[in-house]
Amino acid sequence: MSDIEREQRLDEQEETPHQEPGGYAPSVAERLAVYQKAGGVITPVITAILAFFMGGLVVAATGHNPFTAYKAIFNGSGLNWFFHVGSYDIGVPFSDARIWFPWNTSDSTLAKSGGLAASSLAAANLQQTLLIMTTLTLTGLAVAFAFRCGLFNIGGQGQWIVGSLMAVWVGSSWANMAKPYHVFLAVVLAALAGAAWAAIAGFLKATVGAHEVITTIMLNWIAYWAGSYLVGRDGPLQNDVDKSIPISPDVVQNAKLPVWWGNPLLQGLSIGFFIAIGMLVVFWITLNRTTLGYEVRAVGFNPEAARYGGISVARSYILAMAISGSFAGLGGAMDMLGWQYRIGVLDIQVSTIGFIGIAVALLGRNTAVGIFLASLLFAGLYVGTRSTALPDDFPPTLASNLTLMIQAIILLFVGADIIVLYVWQARRRLRPFKGRSPVMPTTGEAS
Amino acid sequence: MTASADAPRRPAALTDPRYVAVAGIVLGGLAFWLTLPPLATRTPLASVAIGFFAVAAGTWAVTRGVRRLGWSAVAAGVIGIGLGLAATRSSTGHLDDVVAWSALFAAMLRWATPLAYAAIGGMFSERSGVVNIGLEGMMLSGAFFGVYGADKFDSWEIGILCAMLSGAVLAFIHAVVSIQLRADQIVSGTAVNFLALGLTGYLFIDKYGEQGSPEIPRIPDLDSTSRVVGPLFERIDDIPFIGDVFGDLSLMIWLSFALIIISYVVMFKTSIGLRIRAVGEHPRAADTVGISVYATRYAAVTVSGIIASLGGAYLAVGFVGSFTENMTAGRGFIGLAALIFGNWRPFGAYGACLLFGFSTALAFRLDVYSDSAATLFQALPYVLTLIAVAGVIGRSIPPAAVGRPYKKQ
Repeated sequence: MSDIEREQRLDEQEETPHQEPGGYAPSVAERLAVYQKAGGVITPVITAILAFFMGGLVVAATGHNPFTAYKAIFNGSGLNWFFHVGSYDIGVPFSDARIWFPWNTSDSTLAKSGGLAASSLAAANLQQTLLIMTTLTLTGLAVAFAFRCGLFNIGGQGQWIVGSLMAVWVGSSWANMAKPYHVFLAVVLAALAGAAWAAIAGFLKATVGAHEVITTIMLNWIAYWAGSYLVGRDGPLQNDVDKSIPISPDVVQNAKLPVWWGNPLLQGLSIGFFIAIGMLVVFWITLNRTTLGYEVRAVGFNPEAARYGGISVARSYILAMAISGSFAGLGGAMDMLGWQYRIGVLDIQVSTIGFIGIAVALLGRNTAVGIFLASLLFAGLYVGTRSTALPDDFPPTLASNLTLMIQAIILLFVGADIIVLYVWQARRRLRPFKGRSPVMPTTGEAS
Repeated sequence: MTASADAPRRPAALTDPRYVAVAGIVLGGLAFWLTLPPLATRTPLASVAIGFFAVAAGTWAVTRGVRRLGWSAVAAGVIGIGLGLAATRSSTGHLDDVVAWSALFAAMLRWATPLAYAAIGGMFSERSGVVNIGLEGMMLSGAFFGVYGADKFDSWEIGILCAMLSGAVLAFIHAVVSIQLRADQIVSGTAVNFLALGLTGYLFIDKYGEQGSPEIPRIPDLDSTSRVVGPLFERIDDIPFIGDVFGDLSLMIWLSFALIIISYVVMFKTSIGLRIRAVGEHPRAADTVGISVYATRYAAVTVSGIIASLGGAYLAVGFVGSFTENMTAGRGFIGLAALIFGNWRPFGAYGACLLFGFSTALAFRLDVYSDSAATLFQALPYVLTLIAVAGVIGRSIPPAAVGRPYKKQ
């Protein structure tokens, strides 16, 4: 009998006094496993709602109105775009034709009263949200893939920095290379740079057993300072135009990703979005339909059993970290080649995009669909709290800290999803238990 | 009496690989020191020669099986030659600017102290078997609430109390989630970091948005004008080098010296420490002999938060005198690194803190040469820790049960 089963039996025994009359009362751990098997939708949703609720409490406690604040954040994120339904048109891809579309895709339509139409403003905001979502999806995948191998890759931030630097360096060099090759080279080298950076941690884990959390934290800070040195004053990767500004040279026109929605000069949405969606598919296929993915998951479930089954655990650790790192490095490339086009010391030092990836992966339960939804949520929050449309008494400086708090509370609850299930169970106790007895789960993601 | 029993007493001290390796490390340092003020040799020959001896001694020691010290000697030799070459090529004026030993040592102590509080705090938590990634957040909340308390009550003492309280609350959240609810300790620690970053940033903007950090009473420095210890410091000031280094250090630096000694005694010489270590090494066994694993871990983690927040309070209320958003800037993580580097022991960790503090102090003075080199120098603590955990210079071995939630039976 495994420890998990023993734990579940014990949980059951603890449960007996509360047993509903005439029914079977599954333990908290069992319920968790059942919900996770059923797609795990309920706990993350409750978690997110609770986190927003507690964030609202902080807002209310400091004398601001949480409802107007959240409404402004929602509008600032551009997600209200979907509510501005009307009669508009949209271009058909790869042709000049335009057809009817219920939403306004133009971010420059003028309203009758002058100024931008609300639907256009929303479109522009939504582009921002989707740009951030692109990166968050990739940094989330970086955490999730390692997680599936039983590794906690807390180094997404460092891998993002390394990938970004590589993308900017390649993108700003070789000015006369042809466009497709230049973009391809920059993207691939950035992913490889991220992979190499993360593989250091995987290698140390596989060879000397150094804990990946410690090594990736150290690698984060090494990347942080090395990056600050490279693009900083008198650094080797600083721009040649103005030596007083600590920022890298610009990415040349041929290395920029094509923009498919919005104005390329005003941070329109690049095809990086589709690359990120593609990576979600790659993530799913790699994990679920390849030998490598099988080995990675086997090591994640139980390294000893995997070793006994003939899987090289060391190889899995190194490969899983490398693949993780390549996702984060790719995220850096999407940022640099898609809309930022340069990286400054300030970008490196204030960015937390890799860390938000941890929350994305955990809230998304390390699944492709979950990461898609969680990255949309966090991107909306990220862009919405930096919006200029926020009320005067709730400026972006304040709101952006709210993002951090909500993120923290989500992490606390996701880490301890048992709390959420207690809440859920308490709700169920209020009425007679009518459900069928759930299938006894045998594997324990629950513990 | 057999020959083997005699072996340790054989008069082979001078050729014992360990002594040779230590001599190598000293030679490596000497190679660099020669080129610095007050001697400031202008030719690199002497330092190259001495550095070469250091490398040779280290290599010899490694071949005799003394790996940790041997490699250290090799590294010291190589670094000594490199730095010696660099120093002889720079102007004496620059050298005098950078290498003012007493000022450098005083700055080292100032930079090392926040790290030391974080590291000692981390030691309590990790020795009890709970990973504390949240040190950074606890420091940051200590920094903010220290300033807030000092501002509201116009007293640095209350500021420190507020800081300790905030650290305790954050640590308690970490404890509940990772001990009681058995969540992943890394996730919970990361959450604590974000919570502190968001909460302090939010409250800072909300309370002090327009006017910035308030004027606050600072934690006093101990010097010859201090109330009780003044006369003592008049004596200290008279001692040539010591007077310059220790003449006016913050009260919190002196407290950190005391804290390190006390925490050593508590952790390794008392039954409380034995319990903490037992719970961190083998919780089931500790439980069996009647030690409450949960209570011990709760206490250790809470103490850890209180101590770490003192580091933040020193930084904001003592050292800098103001608060800025995310002002700890990774110092909690350097503290964690120092703890690992020092093998989860107080004096080892403090040694690492001094090394990291020295590198920061030096980095701030290196900018007479170039800004960029000084920036790169900031990465040194992390590189050294990475090398340490990689086991190149001896393995760092964490407490056996660290990171594992414990479930009562």
